[in-house]
Amino acid sequence: MSDLIRQSAATLAAAIANRETSAVEVAQVHLDRIAAVDEKVHAFLHLTGESALAQAAAIDERIANGEQLGPLAGVPLALKDVLAMKGEPTTAGSRILEGWRPPYDSTVVQRLRAADIVILGKTNMDEFAMGSSTEHSAYGPTHNPWDLDRIPGGSGGGSAAALAAFEAPLAIGTDTGGSIRQPASVTGTVGVKPTYGGVSRYGQIALASSLDQPGPCARSVLDTALLHAVIAGHDPMDSTSIDADVPDFVGAARRADVRGMRIGVVKELGGDGYQAGVAQRYTEALNILEGLGAEIIEVSCPHMEYALGAYYLILPSEASSNLARFDGMRYGLRAGDDGSNSVEQVMAMTREAGFGPEVKRRIILGTYALSSGYYDAYYAQAQRVRTLITRDFNAAFEQVDVLVSPTAPTTAFKLGEKLDDPIAMYLNDVATIPVNLAGICAMSLPVGLAPEDGLPVGFQIMAPAMADDRLYLAGGALEAALTDKWGHLLIEEAPAL
Amino acid sequence: MSISRADVAHLGRLARLELTEAELDHYAGQLDVILHSVARISEVTADDIPPMSHPIPMVNVFRDDVVKPSLSRDEALAGAPSAQDDRFRVPRILDEE
Repeated sequence: MSDLIRQSAATLAAAIANRETSAVEVAQVHLDRIAAVDEKVHAFLHLTGESALAQAAAIDERIANGEQLGPLAGVPLALKDVLAMKGEPTTAGSRILEGWRPPYDSTVVQRLRAADIVILGKTNMDEFAMGSSTEHSAYGPTHNPWDLDRIPGGSGGGSAAALAAFEAPLAIGTDTGGSIRQPASVTGTVGVKPTYGGVSRYGQIALASSLDQPGPCARSVLDTALLHAVIAGHDPMDSTSIDADVPDFVGAARRADVRGMRIGVVKELGGDGYQAGVAQRYTEALNILEGLGAEIIEVSCPHMEYALGAYYLILPSEASSNLARFDGMRYGLRAGDDGSNSVEQVMAMTREAGFGPEVKRRIILGTYALSSGYYDAYYAQAQRVRTLITRDFNAAFEQVDVLVSPTAPTTAFKLGEKLDDPIAMYLNDVATIPVNLAGICAMSLPVGLAPEDGLPVGFQIMAPAMADDRLYLAGGALEAALTDKWGHLLIEEAPAL
Repeated sequence: MSISRADVAHLGRLARLELTEAELDHYAGQLDVILHSVARISEVTADDIPPMSHPIPMVNVFRDDVVKPSLSRDEALAGAPSAQDDRFRVPRILDEE
């Protein structure tokens, strides 16, 4: 088989299973690719090449012995560094966890291992997943493979860039306000934020516990569905995990049919503030869906404009509480422990030394929003907005099967462009945040390049809680139509590195 | 409402976050801008709207109370910045008065 790094996960798995190639060869070509291009891209913080090759060799041996393995057996994957992987560095992009090696596997990693997926390494991210550009990583930014001077999105920019740079065919991200979907949007890849509770958070370093959700990333809708099926499902180790049957994502991705589907265009997510080329590709995609037999209906979700405000109170509040665990006592960095400083001083010095500026900003903001006298004015009000947004979605889903919007207002911006302006940075997630507040599911998939800058544009599909299969049904149909038109997936147009 | 340097210093103490003079200046200005921009939510938040803490309603999720294997003491201590006598070693907790 030629050019293994450009194959889909589904194709690679089939070729490994019927011994056209081997899991070892597939792992090795990807490790070679990483060695060749990651100096430019910086998608990875840590490689697990040795264990990956050993795991691949064991898979090949089992296949040679006639064992039937799962549908992604032997396929390599890039893992966001916010998920615990036993014995391997896990930093969440922060200095405060530098050198820490988790003593256990997250549930996502356990399921990847059980599916014989080969983990190549840990990917870069904004520190503790706070950001939309990976520039807040303590280990330096990731570069967008489409244009190395531009951001790959965030917080999961490393996972998305690894896919776009053909360093791995599969990746895992986590999405608290858009950290899977916005990186997918700006790198021409596919990402799904599952229904809250659809994928276990056990072993994910928490940012905002009521919003966080791990999910699948890939270069095609079918590969994303295959990976989603591996990681989804109830986990007794996560008390917020939904104990219900998992929809058939893969079947939906293969059916890829929107005939008779009612697709709602969210009036408030689009228009002003959206780049011209983003709006253009978005409208073209709507026309394609209509041509495929979907019914396009405009719907109004009047409270969407308050989502960003509510999110930037709820997220910092939950983050300031979650990040209290990084106190230098049980794991990670400890600063100032010279015998003269008290435990409180050591904690404060450790956190000053270990946290970066965005993390400090959000801890202070969250501490303020939760502090006595302000709780009702801020946090409680934000929780009421959450109710209003959820009601908006519920009302919309009475009229339509899925909702759509552009994933992000713009294509990838330049590194450094928004680093000193938190509000401008936060606005990147204006169309993705409402989904997290309501706990529903959403996908981003590429729908073309913006004419003015030649950079990928993402299209967001949203579906009700536990109806993630609809994302694959609609996304699969749109991707198939676009692939027919272009003759290939959009990612094939990414420049050589 | 505006956030002063003294407010930020107080919040830093509450959050066990030592902040430099430059950080106090920087964050006081930025927090003011951020809070101003999020304060708009009060336009729509009437008291009769119930606050939502969690997207999927679930109550009392319990597991059976059975003993299962867990991390060994050595594994739990392996990542500690300082350990002594099979325990986490921490700086002094009480003042010497």
